[in-house]
Amino acid sequence: MLDKNGIAKRIAQEVKDGYYVNLGIGIPTLVANFVREDISVEFQSENGVLGMGPFPFDGEEDADLINAGKQTITTLPGASFFDSSLSFAMIRGKHVDLTILGAMEVAQNGDIANWKIPGKMVKGMGGAMDLVASAEQIIVAMMHTNRAGESKLLKQCSLPLTGVGCVKKIVTNLAVLEVTPKGFLLLERAPGISVAEIKTATDGVLIIEGDVPEMNIA
Amino acid sequence: MIRKTVANVNEALEGVKDGMTLMLGGFGLCGIPENAISKLVSLGVKDITCISNNAGVDDFGLGLLLQKRQIKKMISSYVGENDEFERQMLSGELDVELTPQGTLAEKCRAAQGGFPAFFTPAGYGTEVAEGKETREFNGKMYVLEEAYKADFAFVKAWKGDEAGNLIFKGTARNFNPCMCGAAKVTVVEVEELVPAGSLDPNQIHIPGIFVQRIFQGNAYEKRIEQRTVRQRK
Repeated sequence: MLDKNGIAKRIAQEVKDGYYVNLGIGIPTLVANFVREDISVEFQSENGVLGMGPFPFDGEEDADLINAGKQTITTLPGASFFDSSLSFAMIRGKHVDLTILGAMEVAQNGDIANWKIPGKMVKGMGGAMDLVASAEQIIVAMMHTNRAGESKLLKQCSLPLTGVGCVKKIVTNLAVLEVTPKGFLLLERAPGISVAEIKTATDGVLIIEGDVPEMNIA
Repeated sequence: MIRKTVANVNEALEGVKDGMTLMLGGFGLCGIPENAISKLVSLGVKDITCISNNAGVDDFGLGLLLQKRQIKKMISSYVGENDEFERQMLSGELDVELTPQGTLAEKCRAAQGGFPAFFTPAGYGTEVAEGKETREFNGKMYVLEEAYKADFAFVKAWKGDEAGNLIFKGTARNFNPCMCGAAKVTVVEVEELVPAGSLDPNQIHIPGIFVQRIFQGNAYEKRIEQRTVRQRK
């Protein structure tokens, strides 16, 4: 079974040379730590920066320089700043190549829910609805089950939706899956995890074709 | 040169009344109009509607107005990190309109640029689209979103000149430029107010035509919400 860093490490393999990438809050933020150093990638943060770098050294934080998670950051050579409208023009206009975000639920038709639990938690959608409505490539990074042990990969979302039919790929602590018209296609297993365990943890239709390889995240 | 300077925050907020709709720049606590917010608290205006991406934290930013129950309705995209906000919302004291972040920015920009409405794919098929017109373009569904109508826009810039020309810094830019000229009156506070002619016209982010009042702000706290650092090796 993977931990959060393991999920981030596996997703980092999906980041290709020349990509502009938007990383959501949580596990997605960790992806930046594992992208190959021999490729050129720029990270976009929807609050208005392209070319995000690592966290600043202690004592060098700038209150005017944060990411979408409100964490202090730095910029790399070639970085730029812009306003929120232009930032979402990059997203809505499909100029950002890859969006990686977290989710509370994903349905087998690609629907995603990640912004509201009625009566309990209402933090808002932030930029997630804009991102999922427009991105060509969306990867969801999440745990396969919730804290109560219930599957987060469902036939149908039970929570209010963030977007419809938009998720293409999911990387969890147990597996890599692709959303297909017939259901969740199991692409890879996490190290030490059996197909049966993934099947048990998946509520939606799980498609198993032949031998499912183990992830290579060495 | 048309002069936009006012002497201080008191003059800058003249005309703000109960029940008005106000736009406030900032993302989290980054780039918020700190001086205007303090003044709104001391003026004690009530029943206001605030259009702002976030709602501050419990004891800073718009959280200060929430504490005093001055806000009737909040229009935002993300409102985490604020317990008082959550309490007022779940108890029904506070009316909340959650809007996708890109849509919120564009509803400001539409008001700035004279568009009554626009179509966006964000929120299609979700509760955000309920009661709104939807339309298909090139095989994809879009939601009709209307421009905001606001009485005042409170903006924070880094530098500005007497003519109201503005330059922003880092990610403190965020929603601030989109709100300039998007309300009946745009009030800008700057860290550094300089004479006209001292800013390079090539470097201006927002021309003074979008600004009615500009003043030298002071005592900026610039609080950091998530101080995140790495250690030197």
